[in-house]
Amino acid sequence: MESLEQIKARAEAAIPGAKIDIVPNLGPANQPSLLIDNEHAPAIAKFLRDDPTLRLDFCSNVTGVDWLDRVTKKTVKVKKVVEGEEKEVNEPIEERIPGYLEAVYHLFSMAHKHGPITIRMRTRDRGEGARLPSLTPVWRSAEFQEREIFDLYGIRFDGHPDLRRILMWDEFEDHPMRKDYVQPDDFEWEPTPHDDVLARAKQHYAPRPAEQELRPS
Amino acid sequence: MGEGQIDEALRTELQRQGVWVTSMQELYNWGRKNSIWPLQFGLACCAIEMIATAASRYDIARFGGEIFRPSPRQADLMIVAGTVTKKMAPQIVRLYNQMADPKYVISMGACAISGGPFKQGYNVLKGIDRYIPVDVYIPGCPPRPEALLHAFMELQRKIDEQKLTGADKAAHLDPEEPSEFPVPAFGKHDLEPPANPDVFQPPELKRV
Repeated sequence: MESLEQIKARAEAAIPGAKIDIVPNLGPANQPSLLIDNEHAPAIAKFLRDDPTLRLDFCSNVTGVDWLDRVTKKTVKVKKVVEGEEKEVNEPIEERIPGYLEAVYHLFSMAHKHGPITIRMRTRDRGEGARLPSLTPVWRSAEFQEREIFDLYGIRFDGHPDLRRILMWDEFEDHPMRKDYVQPDDFEWEPTPHDDVLARAKQHYAPRPAEQELRPS
Repeated sequence: MGEGQIDEALRTELQRQGVWVTSMQELYNWGRKNSIWPLQFGLACCAIEMIATAASRYDIARFGGEIFRPSPRQADLMIVAGTVTKKMAPQIVRLYNQMADPKYVISMGACAISGGPFKQGYNVLKGIDRYIPVDVYIPGCPPRPEALLHAFMELQRKIDEQKLTGADKAAHLDPEEPSEFPVPAFGKHDLEPPANPDVFQPPELKRV
């Protein structure tokens, strides 16, 4: 199969105005993916599906990712005048990356027996701008999984034929897979609370009065 | 000697003379406990064990429970076999309400008892006993068919001990006892109410 760079170059040539970035994956899987721009996403998806050498006709999996606001630290070489001398100094800088939601599609080719190719789309933000174009018109198998992302992450897919909640009930208002989801306080007694459960236990029960703490039991 | 009971020595003596004596209560309970019709539904992997229990190898028919009814109107026993999600909980309570008295509930497996491995999750009910009364609990993930048979025998023992008259008579004979329970509603963040306080009280933290 072609490399991602080749796919990117051919897709950008075939669709005027399309912009594709390659997102590296530095983990042991080393599976880089294509970040496609939302405006041209349906056209790029059609290209990936219909191109005779790619024929990525099977979308096996669609999932969501929640990225909160984060700060990354980098060191940059800056020229500075130190003690009357111009030197190159390493200076740490902080970069703020605003949060966004991501939809990830895993594509295979049944015709050519190759894959996977991973494509991603990112929303503008995690609030009102959490919208993406639906790829269900291109791959029918994405229908339920896009509904699941809508249910659990709250991404609205424009052009989806039937965008409703699929796992939770219709009256439900939260998006439980988001990292800032707060569960209803339904904690019940646990014999050995630890980690997250211990944190919830402390939150649930009122703090112990000070004198009770000191009294020998 | 209590009401509805016969002296064992007298009964044996009479039996030797060819007279068989019983009481209305014994006859009634004997009939009911040996013909328990379970409601035919399953929720998760526990249902597979329930199916195995009903099939030839374990054969729940030996205990009179082989007639799984697809209608709550004809069922005596609800085997809550599997994970009760919050989305499914109102339907379970509604099915229980539609069953005719006397009715019994077996809570099968860790999920139906307490939420099991999903207890700390957002979408699983922390035990069906929050909304309906449960007669027998079977732990396991999933419990083996032998465990379900044991629960079934336990339930038969319980039915056998039920009284027809008196202050401690069975709940289904007491018009004051409720046989239907409120169905929880789908709320914005959770089921409303999260538990029925008349049926269930969460265990309290005791500090020493």
